[in-house]
Amino acid sequence: MTSPLEQKKIRITKPSMVTANRTWDGAVIYRTAAKGWSTNLSDAAIVRTADEARELLAESIADDVGAIGAYIAPVEVKDTGKIEPGNLREQIRSEGLTIDLTVPA
Amino acid sequence: MYAYDELDRTLINERVSEFRDQVKRRLSGELTEDEFKMLRLQNGVYLQLHAYMFRVAIPYGTLSSKQLRQLAHVARRYDRGYGHFTTRQNIQYNWIKLAELPDALSDLAEVGIHAMQTSGNNTRNVTSDQWAGVAPGEIEDPRIWSELLRQYTTLHPEFSFLPRKFKFAITASEHDRAAIKIHDIGLRLIKNADGETGFEVLVGGGLGRTPFIGKTIKPFVHGRDLLSYVEAILRVYNQYGRRDNIYKARIKILVHELGIEKFAREVEEEWQQLRDSALTLDHADIEEIRSRFSYPAYEKLPHMPDELKQAAHDPLFERWRKNSVFPHKVQGYSIVTLSLKPVGGPPGDATADQMDAIADLADRYSFGEIRVGHEQNLALPHVAKRDLPVLWKALDKIGVATPNVNLVTDIIACPGLDYCSLANARSIPIAQELTRRFANHDTANLIGRLHINISGCINACGHHHVGHIGILGVEKNGEEFYQITIGGRADENAEMGTLIGPAVPYAEVADVIEDIVEAYLALRDRAEELFVDTVKRLGVEPFRERVYATR
Amino acid sequence: MPLVKQGRIITDAFAHVPDGAELPGDGAILISAARFLEDPEAFSRRTGKTGVIWPNNRDLDDLVPYLDRLAVVALVFPSFRDGRAYSQARLLRERHGYDGELRATGQVLRDQFVFMQRAGFDAFEVKKESDAEAFAATVKRYSVFYQPTGDGRVTALNRRMQSRHSESAAR
Repeated sequence: MTSPLEQKKIRITKPSMVTANRTWDGAVIYRTAAKGWSTNLSDAAIVRTADEARELLAESIADDVGAIGAYIAPVEVKDTGKIEPGNLREQIRSEGLTIDLTVPA
Repeated sequence: MYAYDELDRTLINERVSEFRDQVKRRLSGELTEDEFKMLRLQNGVYLQLHAYMFRVAIPYGTLSSKQLRQLAHVARRYDRGYGHFTTRQNIQYNWIKLAELPDALSDLAEVGIHAMQTSGNNTRNVTSDQWAGVAPGEIEDPRIWSELLRQYTTLHPEFSFLPRKFKFAITASEHDRAAIKIHDIGLRLIKNADGETGFEVLVGGGLGRTPFIGKTIKPFVHGRDLLSYVEAILRVYNQYGRRDNIYKARIKILVHELGIEKFAREVEEEWQQLRDSALTLDHADIEEIRSRFSYPAYEKLPHMPDELKQAAHDPLFERWRKNSVFPHKVQGYSIVTLSLKPVGGPPGDATADQMDAIADLADRYSFGEIRVGHEQNLALPHVAKRDLPVLWKALDKIGVATPNVNLVTDIIACPGLDYCSLANARSIPIAQELTRRFANHDTANLIGRLHINISGCINACGHHHVGHIGILGVEKNGEEFYQITIGGRADENAEMGTLIGPAVPYAEVADVIEDIVEAYLALRDRAEELFVDTVKRLGVEPFRERVYATR
Repeated sequence: MPLVKQGRIITDAFAHVPDGAELPGDGAILISAARFLEDPEAFSRRTGKTGVIWPNNRDLDDLVPYLDRLAVVALVFPSFRDGRAYSQARLLRERHGYDGELRATGQVLRDQFVFMQRAGFDAFEVKKESDAEAFAATVKRYSVFYQPTGDGRVTALNRRMQSRHSESAAR
């Protein structure tokens, strides 16, 4: 997964959202259409063009007090309307570790 | 153990209160993230995928039981009940909240633990041999010098904004357990012809994108001149290290671009101006630091106590003893390695309960002392041999007696894409799968010493270049792939591994490693020939042929 | 940008004169290294004091011959991450014996004040007003120092040795 930390050119091939971490506790958050943040991917505002993405990213970055490291990331929008992470990195951020921490006895 | 005095305590408390103020200014919006980032990094706070990550220093890998209990407390109170021991004698917490960090730091400061300079472009935690002070044949305890360097590098007014991070490692044993050749400065403690203590100084080692083995810059620097010589190196680096490209900013690139001779001349010129300065250490200075280290009052004990003779009838005990118990410089005592590599577990993790239990066992059986090694295992450094059988039972009960130390399942791995925002691929599940494949102890024993190191990206936190088998996660078209190298090593004969073939997808890594190991078993000329020696003797080609013939 | 000296915000007596701009007939001026080096003698003939802004990537050897006629040397922090000027400051103070004003300029923030003081800076062009106001409180944050530098503060090791001596004397 190419680190999105240094996103310069914005190119979009898939539906996308903007995600970041919440400043006070670091929790994974998603930019909503209501110009706020949510910890649920299902609340994320979905953008489909580079212009929309740029605008959503700009307003997200402007909230420097509330969120850190905002970037654009791909999502899959299912036929049912359900939003799913568009790559493994986002899957891990959204759903948690892929590993079991408990050691089998 | 080094015991903090009032001055050390004051300093770390002052640092905590400064950081508390910085966090407050960040949360109020007075500091932007851009301004705060460097400040938090100077205190070991990263932003990872799920949360902030907090890296705490365990200088030269020495911990008291009280300190380990406090590490457990932080895991429980501020995190999710576990921590991760790294390859550089640090512990990392993965789920820390920024708003609570000042409290966590303040709790740690109570027991003389800090997170100063565990990240950022400054001098990092000074690491050393985890067996320092107890290894047979050691010239002298390198931790005295490590502590002098810790103090010298902490909040250095000139070198807190270097071109890039800067790591020291020190060893005083012939066998290098501190990986000094892959550090920015590696120090090998030696004696000169007059019996005086000094150091062979190596510079410019490091892994990452452009790996280099450190080169000797000066074969002998007298102990009294250690700090002035180090200052000369840092000053040359601070002024001339590249700042235009983050990937070329480490001292290894400067040393490489100038050549070691020219770099050494620059340092020598600077040092001639500095050598008789306030940095010169006299005997009393060194003794002052030495006096703050306490050593156990060892008993006079037999080499082979009855308890050990009796336990020798238990094959499970013997299996563990032969694997995890190492000779101590004092008769009747042993060094015991605690494996943090259980089959199916994430390498280097320990739960708060395990940490507490280990602290209790250290009090009972190891004079209250614990060590942390770069292989991501712990050690109890002063165990009376008569206590080994009962200690073994207790360690086994808490899951840290897997008899796989130095074997194929004793894997070094970075957190990888499960946690890390820099990673391209996962490391931990690869390690877990490998431990399951090689779970059979007899097989692992038959294979013998074999270090597998896994990194989830080119930054090489899992030291893949110097693994006997190195596994590097890369990304290809959104999929996880892994490049595999063989023949690397991190010890006194340090070498970078060689690529064995094309990168393989996630699902095939464990198969390929099994094939490599099988090839080794077929190719070695006798059972005692270690994997890494077979690769040295035959080169990569015969391995490549066998492993990739059918792929 | 507020200037802090001796712990207080003061008015800058030095006029920053950009390259190409005409020099005032008298009064203290702060000019670029390039302009100064074009004709160092010319500035000695002026009545006002001269200060030079020295870039952090230029060898100090070019400056050293003129130190005794300069009232200010301003060293530059192009970003707070770039620490080259700390080395320059120590060299000027500790090796070349410069005792005029040593000014930190550029990205100068609160969290660098103590380091800068220890490296020999005694004047600070601070980026933010709030940081300048917090100067006096900020520099008192630390009372223990591990490294010897030219600022003469007693190091932790020296304090330990002293207390050891007084202990043994009392015995």
